Amino acid sequence: MANVTLRYTKEHEWIRIEGNEAVVGITDYAQSQLGDVVFVEVPAAGKELTAGGEAAVVESVKAASEVYAPVSGTVVEGNTALPDKPETVNSDPTGAGWFFKVRLANPKELDGLMDQAAYDKFVAELGG
Amino acid sequence: MRYLPLSEPNRRDMLAAIGVNKIEELFRDLPAGPLASARFNLPNSASEIEVERALSAMAAKNLDCAKAPAFLGAGNYRHHTPASLDYLIQRGEFLTAYTPYQPEISQGTLQAIFEYQSQVALITGMEVANASMYDGATACAEAVAMAARVTKRSAALMSGQVHPHYRDVTTTSMRFLDVDVECLAPDPYEIEDLIGRVHSEHACVVVQTPGFFGSLKDYTALANACHEAGALLVVCVTEPVSLGLLKPPGQQGADIVVGEGQSLAGPMSFGGPGVGLFATREKFLRQMPGRIAGETTDEDGRRGWVLTLSTREQHIRREKATSNICTNSGLIALAFTIHMTLLGEAGFTNLASLNHARAVQLAERLEKVSGVRVLQSGFFNEFTVELPKPAMGVVEELARRGILGGVPVSRFYPTYPELADLLLLTATETNTEAEMDALAVALKEVL
Amino acid sequence: MDAGTTSGNRGLAIEQPLIFEQDTKGATAVDLPAVPHVRERLGGMKNTASIGLPGMSEPEAVRHYTRLSQRNYSIDTGFYPLGSCTMKHNPRLNEKMARLPGFAEVHPFQPLSTVQGALELIDTTAHWLKELTGMAAVAMSPAAGAHGELCGLMCIRAAHEAAGNGNRKIVLVPESAHGTNPATAALCGYTVEAVPATADGHVDLAALKQKLGSHIAAVMITNPNTCGLFEKECVAIAEAVHAVGAFFYMDGANYNAIVGRLRIADLGVDAMHINLHKTFSTPHGGGGPGAGPTVLSAKLAPFAPVPQVIKAGDRYDALEHAQSPRAPQAFGRMKGYHGQFGVFVRALAYMMAMGADGLRQASGDAVLNANYIMARLSESLTPAFAGPCMHECVFDDRFLKGTGVSTLDFAKALIDEGFHPPTMYFPLVVHGALLVEPTETESKASLDQFIATVLALAAKAKTGTAAADFQAAPRFTPRRRLDETKAARKPVLRWKPAAESAPKTNGASSPRQAAE
Repeated sequence: MANVTLRYTKEHEWIRIEGNEAVVGITDYAQSQLGDVVFVEVPAAGKELTAGGEAAVVESVKAASEVYAPVSGTVVEGNTALPDKPETVNSDPTGAGWFFKVRLANPKELDGLMDQAAYDKFVAELGG
Repeated sequence: MRYLPLSEPNRRDMLAAIGVNKIEELFRDLPAGPLASARFNLPNSASEIEVERALSAMAAKNLDCAKAPAFLGAGNYRHHTPASLDYLIQRGEFLTAYTPYQPEISQGTLQAIFEYQSQVALITGMEVANASMYDGATACAEAVAMAARVTKRSAALMSGQVHPHYRDVTTTSMRFLDVDVECLAPDPYEIEDLIGRVHSEHACVVVQTPGFFGSLKDYTALANACHEAGALLVVCVTEPVSLGLLKPPGQQGADIVVGEGQSLAGPMSFGGPGVGLFATREKFLRQMPGRIAGETTDEDGRRGWVLTLSTREQHIRREKATSNICTNSGLIALAFTIHMTLLGEAGFTNLASLNHARAVQLAERLEKVSGVRVLQSGFFNEFTVELPKPAMGVVEELARRGILGGVPVSRFYPTYPELADLLLLTATETNTEAEMDALAVALKEVL
Repeated sequence: MDAGTTSGNRGLAIEQPLIFEQDTKGATAVDLPAVPHVRERLGGMKNTASIGLPGMSEPEAVRHYTRLSQRNYSIDTGFYPLGSCTMKHNPRLNEKMARLPGFAEVHPFQPLSTVQGALELIDTTAHWLKELTGMAAVAMSPAAGAHGELCGLMCIRAAHEAAGNGNRKIVLVPESAHGTNPATAALCGYTVEAVPATADGHVDLAALKQKLGSHIAAVMITNPNTCGLFEKECVAIAEAVHAVGAFFYMDGANYNAIVGRLRIADLGVDAMHINLHKTFSTPHGGGGPGAGPTVLSAKLAPFAPVPQVIKAGDRYDALEHAQSPRAPQAFGRMKGYHGQFGVFVRALAYMMAMGADGLRQASGDAVLNANYIMARLSESLTPAFAGPCMHECVFDDRFLKGTGVSTLDFAKALIDEGFHPPTMYFPLVVHGALLVEPTETESKASLDQFIATVLALAAKAKTGTAAADFQAAPRFTPRRRLDETKAARKPVLRWKPAAESAPKTNGASSPRQAAE
């Protein structure tokens, strides 16, 4: 499983890197904070993303959140099955609940993201 | 002081529990200077008798439409409301209830809102309606803002048949959102060409039916032209009773329908409060502003209703909200839905037919007055007449004779001298043939 | 939980289907005179299809809405300790006055000579608001608090543009502010930046001063703030804001704490909206209508929108057109006709009844009631900030820590006890907030009953073994814990005929359906 790494953002997105493409979703902590997800919007293939910019939308009954792009790049595919079954974000946030796949424009941007240990510490400090 | 339950012994006990000697000590954070120097040149408290006397005297200075034959429209209409309606909306559980954020103890309000939304969708011929907005004019502005969001465009085209207040409220708010609204000149003679002017930078085209001057028009061709250009068609309805007799905007291809519910909800009350109707297509649901009630089930599987899709609203999205609106026009929407229920389909269509018949009777009489020309070949309960002299003066003269004979167009368009001779006239089920005869006679004298 | 009865009704809690499920074809509760025979002039626009509206007789309709009303909590029913909402008693005198034919039956476009009393009513209400606040002018037309905020910000933006400062694009808003504040700023084309709070719940003046500059258009402050505290540094805030040429907007949602005691003008405020349906007792009506007139300083007054009522001698006149000779700088129009006239009548009836002395007593009793609740509940609950509070007090959820009971569960248990819950989870700066505003129209007996109930529930929660009980609440209401997730995931926003919709399970079946 060489070349597969998992990184995290401070906004609770995870990014699973596979060569020069990556899959992005929100973490289990994020979905538990949101509550029951009722609506999602995923980007269309071909959309250009900038690191830190808005990429997708996730809404629960009581909160609405942007999903930010952890890295810059072009969207390869949005998870078009997700809008019809938003509850997948709650039940399987790191698997079937993925939001989009992106082709990285600048792999160096990954250096600024947290690894598993750093993210776990970050969440613990939030009192979550 | 009848509204203040605390007695002096109560206050003493409470101050003791708090641990201070005087109420003034609780205001210690207020700036001392302003607190000490505050003086109010206002009277002290008054008994009910005194308040009634003062306000009745003020009310008596008005000539109200129950006392004088009235033929007034221009977006606000005098209709009969059934006696039960006023009693029902004054039930304390409706009148003094809060917004239904705790659905378990607000099912009355929520079920009524759901029924209201259903009725509004039906009469407009649209797929979904919200729980109402402040009034028709603000609903129109919200519709243009919504069209801008949906199409991601920042220009709009507005017909000269749209109510001038709807136009002004829309242009005011769109200016602050950098949406450019092109307003065509007032169109009493039905000469404007919207189809030829709509293009691919328009978020929407806004029209009104019946038009401000009374015109009736089929907007199906315009709707097609809009959709070809990727724009939405917004239709305003200032007289919802017309929907009991005319082809609904939804059937003509409207994308958003807004309107003023006042005429069905209750008395004119000098123009407010009203209730803004707002309906659209399901595909635009998430961009629709305002509150919405939705059906669901509870812990025991029983059907009930809740406010839903709240993430569009300000209390969650904050600066990304679809609107800043924090309220609907609850009690007026309730009055609207109660009246619609009392009417039912048979009563509603009957009421509409009666209104049109009265307007035709009025038109027939006025056409016999020399110098008076009815401009529209088709209308619902309101039309425009052209007089041989300025309408403003004519209306003042009629008022002196105890008749409220229409609204001069120049009241809305003071900078258009060519419209000065035009007069808007309305007849509803509240007008009798005797009143119409009196108006015709008076008009003849005045002209 | 089965109703335990055949009909599904339980005593006075009676199930009621939708109007669509009670339809009798051709029925109506409104008999009209016969439609005279005329030659129709409908321009080919006559509708030939049926609309689909349900109809019924008058007795059925009256019963329908009466039963619906009985499923509602209301001020007339009981206490609403809702922070920021000012749920005070709604006097019926207000309703009687609003229904005087001279007010109810006047049309907005009658000749002005025939509606002098209506214009006088608007002007008199405006006069009271100006006198109470000490402000130079008031824009009467906004239809609600949020609308009034918009009015204030639009005046501010118009003022900046007139002075050539249209490049100021930022509005500062505290983190604790109500959601309408940033939403309103955005609607005005502004970007919002947050101002942090100090640990004791006030605006951080030092942090605010750091953010102020010539790029700031305005600062929006709620005072008393959403934590129930008076912003002590208010005058200093105003001075700092004015020093950089920005305007000071005050959100007047909590005006009930200081009405009749303090003039807003003395705090350096440039604009403030007033919620007539809060401070001035006009009814909430299940969600509206309200009114949000906005008082303005002399600097902002020229930009006030139309319509305006002006007095010349003893004649009243209406300014109805912006950018006309008498309203040359008015930023435009926010509302149709003359504004929420019916709400003005109600508010003025209340103001006249209360008078200056009554209003002063009202704010005093409102603050007294809130402090009494804070003092007594602090035995067991955890206030978020040190007292004294103003007209409302806020508790956080520390007192529930380790109990397994959430703020939401606690609120649902209160419903079973016959109380509407306090405002929950607001302000956002307080964790699991419970914001309590009693208002001055609650008796001591009512407050004592509320206090005793809350203390008992807190004690029960703290046993640590009652979480399941709280999570099962409410038990005694017509509906229990409605599924909001389902409502949002699969929106059903209007009635559809039975074939299209899911099976209904609301107990009672209408006799009509059974007979078919």
